[in-house]
Amino acid sequence: MSIIIDAGGLSCPQPVLMTLDKIKEIQKGEITVKVDTDTSKENVSRAVQSQGWEVADIKEDREGYQLTIRKN
Amino acid sequence: MKKNIFATRWGIIGVGAFIGVLAALLQRLGNPGNMGICVACFERDIAGALGLHRAGVVQYMRPEIIGFVLGSLIAAYLFNEFRPRMGSAPIVRFVLGVFAMIGALVFLGCPWRAILRLAGGDGNAIFGLLGLIGGIWIGTLFLKGGYNLGRVQKTYTSAGWLLPLIMAGFLILMLIFPQIKGESKSGILFYSVKGLGVMHAPLIISLLAGLAIGFAAQRSRFCTMGAFRDLILFKHAHLFFGIISLVVSAFVVNLILGQFHPGFVKQPVAHTMQIWNFGGMVLAGLAFALAGGCPGRQLFLAGEGDGDSAVFVMGMIVGAGFAHNFGLASSPKGVGPHGIAAVIIGLIVCLFIGFTMRKKVI
Repeated sequence: MSIIIDAGGLSCPQPVLMTLDKIKEIQKGEITVKVDTDTSKENVSRAVQSQGWEVADIKEDREGYQLTIRKN
Repeated sequence: MKKNIFATRWGIIGVGAFIGVLAALLQRLGNPGNMGICVACFERDIAGALGLHRAGVVQYMRPEIIGFVLGSLIAAYLFNEFRPRMGSAPIVRFVLGVFAMIGALVFLGCPWRAILRLAGGDGNAIFGLLGLIGGIWIGTLFLKGGYNLGRVQKTYTSAGWLLPLIMAGFLILMLIFPQIKGESKSGILFYSVKGLGVMHAPLIISLLAGLAIGFAAQRSRFCTMGAFRDLILFKHAHLFFGIISLVVSAFVVNLILGQFHPGFVKQPVAHTMQIWNFGGMVLAGLAFALAGGCPGRQLFLAGEGDGDSAVFVMGMIVGAGFAHNFGLASSPKGVGPHGIAAVIIGLIVCLFIGFTMRKKVI
């Protein structure tokens, strides 16, 4: 079961805080992060990359973006 | 996926440099000393132009602020980022806006001006910047403790247009009732006949500079509060490069234009009561951190459809009314008669907000 962080509707730094907390908790694996603004998308991408995670996929939908981030 | 070059390292450095150069040039073209751009001061002047306070020396409908919102709106539409949204604790954001303005006017400048004051050689700005960092640091403690104002909701496109429309309305008022030399009123708008309010660059230049900065800042997410917050909270220096670039570029242009005057006394629109330079900005920094953006960023967010940021902006404009009507704002002579009490009350209110508004969002 994949991990989903729903940060939709939350403004920065909340999406980054939630994502970094989860990264710290699970160390490696795959997480889907839902955000609703381009700023949050950029901030989360930048933050996870600085932690050695990769942004494997970004899907755009009516609610915003779904980022799939991964570390093996 | 399209790449946003403004959001890269060099993008944010470029935008910071662009703002720094324009700010120094706006001062050269008529804006007050070390105040090429000051979001708080300019919103205060707008409050004066509207008659929300009657401090005669600070009344002018600053076109830069109008340009910030409309420039951001244009960028947001061009890049498909206009997202009308609101409903994340608007009254809290209003109150934070009020106290952010009061704190900034005790120091005599928002974070943008604190940086520009430093770039102009005003040593008192160091105390303001330290206060700003202190206030943001307190804000990060609340953020780590689960503080948040809740989720926004999508709303009507027209709702996201309201603040841009208000700003466009202000511009139209300014064109209908232009400044008449030596007159303190033109139609329904108030103008200064002496003091800071008469010091301004030509309208069209101020407006174009505001539009350009609004456009660039929307694309780059430039934020003076976020710069320190991200550095403290995540050790991320991305936004911080933007303000370093701003201070360096403004400093260089100030040197070239002969606008750099190092020292502490007799600095333009500044006082030397360092405890309250510090204290005012602790309040402003904390209020900006709790509201999620510096005063410029709130204008840019409002331009891309964020109704909560629009409420924060209105809070700042109303806060300027309180600040001058109640004698809270400082002057070059020092803090206002009730400025110290207002800073203390503001800090208590911000702590109340920070301690009581936390919940797990997952």
